[in-house]
Amino acid sequence: MAAIVKSKKACTVNPLKMSQPIGGALAFMGMRGAMPLLHGSQGCTSFGLVLFVRHFREAIPLQTTAMSEVATVLGGFENVEQAVLNIVEKTRPELIGICSTGVTEVKGDDLKGFVQQIRARHPELDGVEIVQCATPDFAGAFQDGWAKAVTAMIEEMVVSPEPAIRDPRRINVLPGCHVTPGDIDELRALFEDFGLVPTFLPDLSGSLDGHIPEDFTPTTLGGTGPEEVRAMALAGWTIAIGEQMRTAAEALEARAGVPFRLFERLTGLAPCDELMAFLSRISGKPVPVRYRRQRGQLVDAMLDAHFHIGGRKLAIGAEPDLLFALVSALGEVGGEVACAVTTTTSPILAQTPCAEVLLGDLEDLEAGANGADILITHSHGRQAAARLHIPHFRIGIPMFDTLGAAHLVTVGYRGTRDLLFAVGNMLMHHHQSHAPGPEDWRDAWPEPHATSHQTAQELVP
Amino acid sequence: MTSLNQTIQDVFNEPACGKNQAKSEKERKKGCTKQLQPGGAAGGCAFDGAKIALQPITDVAHLVHGPIACEGNSWDNRGAASSGSTLYRTGFTTDMTENDIVFGGEKHLFKAIREIVEKYAPPAVFVYETCVPAMIGDDIDTVCKKAVEKFGTPCIPIHSPGFVGPKNLGNKLAGEAMLKHVIGTKEPEYTTPYDINVIGEYNLSGELWQIRPLLDELGIRILSCISGDAHYEEVAWSHRAKAAMMVCSKAMINVARKMEERYGIPFFEGSFYGIEDMSDTLREMARLLIQQGADPELMERTEAVIAREEARAWAAIEPYRQRLSGKKVLLVTGGVKSWSVVAALQEAGLRIVGTSVKKSTREDKDKIKKLMGDEAHMFDNLAPREMYRKLKEAEADIMLSGGRSQFIALKASMPWMDINQERHVAFAGYHGMVAMVAEIDRTLANPVWQEVRRAAPWDEVEAPRQAGREAA
Repeated sequence: MAAIVKSKKACTVNPLKMSQPIGGALAFMGMRGAMPLLHGSQGCTSFGLVLFVRHFREAIPLQTTAMSEVATVLGGFENVEQAVLNIVEKTRPELIGICSTGVTEVKGDDLKGFVQQIRARHPELDGVEIVQCATPDFAGAFQDGWAKAVTAMIEEMVVSPEPAIRDPRRINVLPGCHVTPGDIDELRALFEDFGLVPTFLPDLSGSLDGHIPEDFTPTTLGGTGPEEVRAMALAGWTIAIGEQMRTAAEALEARAGVPFRLFERLTGLAPCDELMAFLSRISGKPVPVRYRRQRGQLVDAMLDAHFHIGGRKLAIGAEPDLLFALVSALGEVGGEVACAVTTTTSPILAQTPCAEVLLGDLEDLEAGANGADILITHSHGRQAAARLHIPHFRIGIPMFDTLGAAHLVTVGYRGTRDLLFAVGNMLMHHHQSHAPGPEDWRDAWPEPHATSHQTAQELVP
Repeated sequence: MTSLNQTIQDVFNEPACGKNQAKSEKERKKGCTKQLQPGGAAGGCAFDGAKIALQPITDVAHLVHGPIACEGNSWDNRGAASSGSTLYRTGFTTDMTENDIVFGGEKHLFKAIREIVEKYAPPAVFVYETCVPAMIGDDIDTVCKKAVEKFGTPCIPIHSPGFVGPKNLGNKLAGEAMLKHVIGTKEPEYTTPYDINVIGEYNLSGELWQIRPLLDELGIRILSCISGDAHYEEVAWSHRAKAAMMVCSKAMINVARKMEERYGIPFFEGSFYGIEDMSDTLREMARLLIQQGADPELMERTEAVIAREEARAWAAIEPYRQRLSGKKVLLVTGGVKSWSVVAALQEAGLRIVGTSVKKSTREDKDKIKKLMGDEAHMFDNLAPREMYRKLKEAEADIMLSGGRSQFIALKASMPWMDINQERHVAFAGYHGMVAMVAEIDRTLANPVWQEVRRAAPWDEVEAPRQAGREAA
């Protein structure tokens, strides 16, 4: 439905976008005993680390191959090998996930070949999963890196079962990078209430949900284990969340014959209804009472919220799948998109229910938000919101000035309900703070000789 | 690239650096950068360092020429405060794509500069070179030169590709760019015998403003701060100062030394952290200015201010003594801070059970010994696991460190306080030390520590049962 427009600017101002390698690294952080490794200069890792520490308020395992100028020019095999050996010696990981970066991709380092060579030279590493993916910084965006890392894990670790004895109760869940640890907890409980046993790939709720471990661990604090990934081949279904996970779901189907159902979003009444119907069908169980009640609550919330969100102008900046979910769900209670900006191309953009989606930055969003009632984007929107004097609903990564970013839930009936409340409340409070005054309507009619057609249109709603 | 290599060699061969001068010719050639260990390195790159050093200049457009990672993953993440322009908090990047890799990014960069000049009209554009354009050979010097000719706005190339080294090197490369292209290009409206430069102070959390009122009182004018809360032109006319202070850590020693060489501006190395350090700093400022021709009565006024401020600070710390007495502190920071805050902590009754000396010099270590005597437990490299154990086993009551290691303390359910650059409380000068002690008290006094250590009800039910089983 939306026209996709690319910003023509040469200079990106106030980036909305983040790079592929750290998206890939975050996916690896949803694995148990994992150490993500960026093949690049140490700054690539350091920036990603600081970003995630500030967002999750957790220790972040993330290492670097520490490429120097000379190593970059000569090729980075030795650095990758050294890094893997050092990580294994120091942290005893179950999985090392390697992402390339811009500089090593320019050089043309063959990570896949490097890993094969390392495997051949070091049989002692046989117990450690080593997964790699090509994620140059100069292409795509954060969610692309995430998707590539998940696909790489499937291709590296899932083997075709022989003979395939499927357990229809087991399901695989492939969440996009916009699905928070809180969302995963919400979904896990939902699936379990249908008697299903889900395996999330990856599972940030096990690693970055903010729990206190028994002892110090230098790798991830939890997440999905390699044996669980291998067992995904035997599941009855795969549920993918977000268009970005299509490739991964297809890879899993191709390798192990597990059929998949892709939910483009799980925020909003209709997609949640579809999910319930689907779960009921594959589990053979009726929708539990709890969710019937939650649906009622969501419908009521939509009725209450439409007064405050209906007709309001929204300026939304987010990665494609999150943007689609937000524009759709808020649009369904009458929110109107003043401006929608995203980071990277995706088939979902064309389906987004608004006139136009701009591949751009926060400067574009700020310009487009002129006259908008609320700004919806990650924490980097804070300067724009302050200049525009409108409320700023923070969502996406990074949320560095907000507590509980990992626990923001926007999926399911309950998550949708809470999203509508949060956005509706911001709009309501903002509206209250702009209460009318005695002079507001004294000269409220515009001049009779309005010149432009544009103005005349606005006069008669 | 060769000129960059030359610059790096030059930066490494720093005659004013004691550590460097103690080395053999061969060692010196290797530079002061430790070889980074793949899979075991932590810390920022040269680009990060250059940005840290220069971004506090508030009215400049800081344009990062590179793929999205360099700026997109890192912008607006530091607390350098501004009393005026907010342009420095706007993230500008060329966001290089495959097209640039194939055809070169120079035209793209030129257009980006044009857009910035047209839309934001900054007094200068700083262009940061990152790894990818360095690899593909973009000539940012020429682009900047062309842009100056075309637009008349100074465009300063900063050669700081991340892969040339760590953050500290980036600080120095940023300094080199200032020396080459900025310093000495403008004249101040007037000068006084009391004009100083403060080099290597970034005004994080507004710390420069904790110092400025004292200098105002003494009639000492900060002609230029490089770079906290600075305007572009203030850096450009910094060569007219009478004396300079190089703020600890030697990060910008090359700037201080070369300004002494070129413009005859003597400098001293000082710190705003710690009460006695702050006093020494004021004394040194006065001494150097007098040596350069200021009225010698400045010293008397300085001593009077020092005496008054010290008395106020110690008096303000006194009430905390009883509350904090005997509490054990693990100090995990680098360089000067490994000792400069110790006196204030001791004055507040705290005991330092350990201090890390990873980035400290021999002088730093001597000072620690002098301050802490036999109790000086210095750690060269405190592994995270060991920090965790120390806290978990209550060998320390609180850890003061940088943001990176905070979760080691928090996951051990132990108090932690940020002492490094990401913190949100200003700790400089006399007020700053009192604020630091107050912060420690606020942290330690929080009842949350008892709460979070409370055993879960199932643990309490199961633990005695288990103990019983073991006994049987």
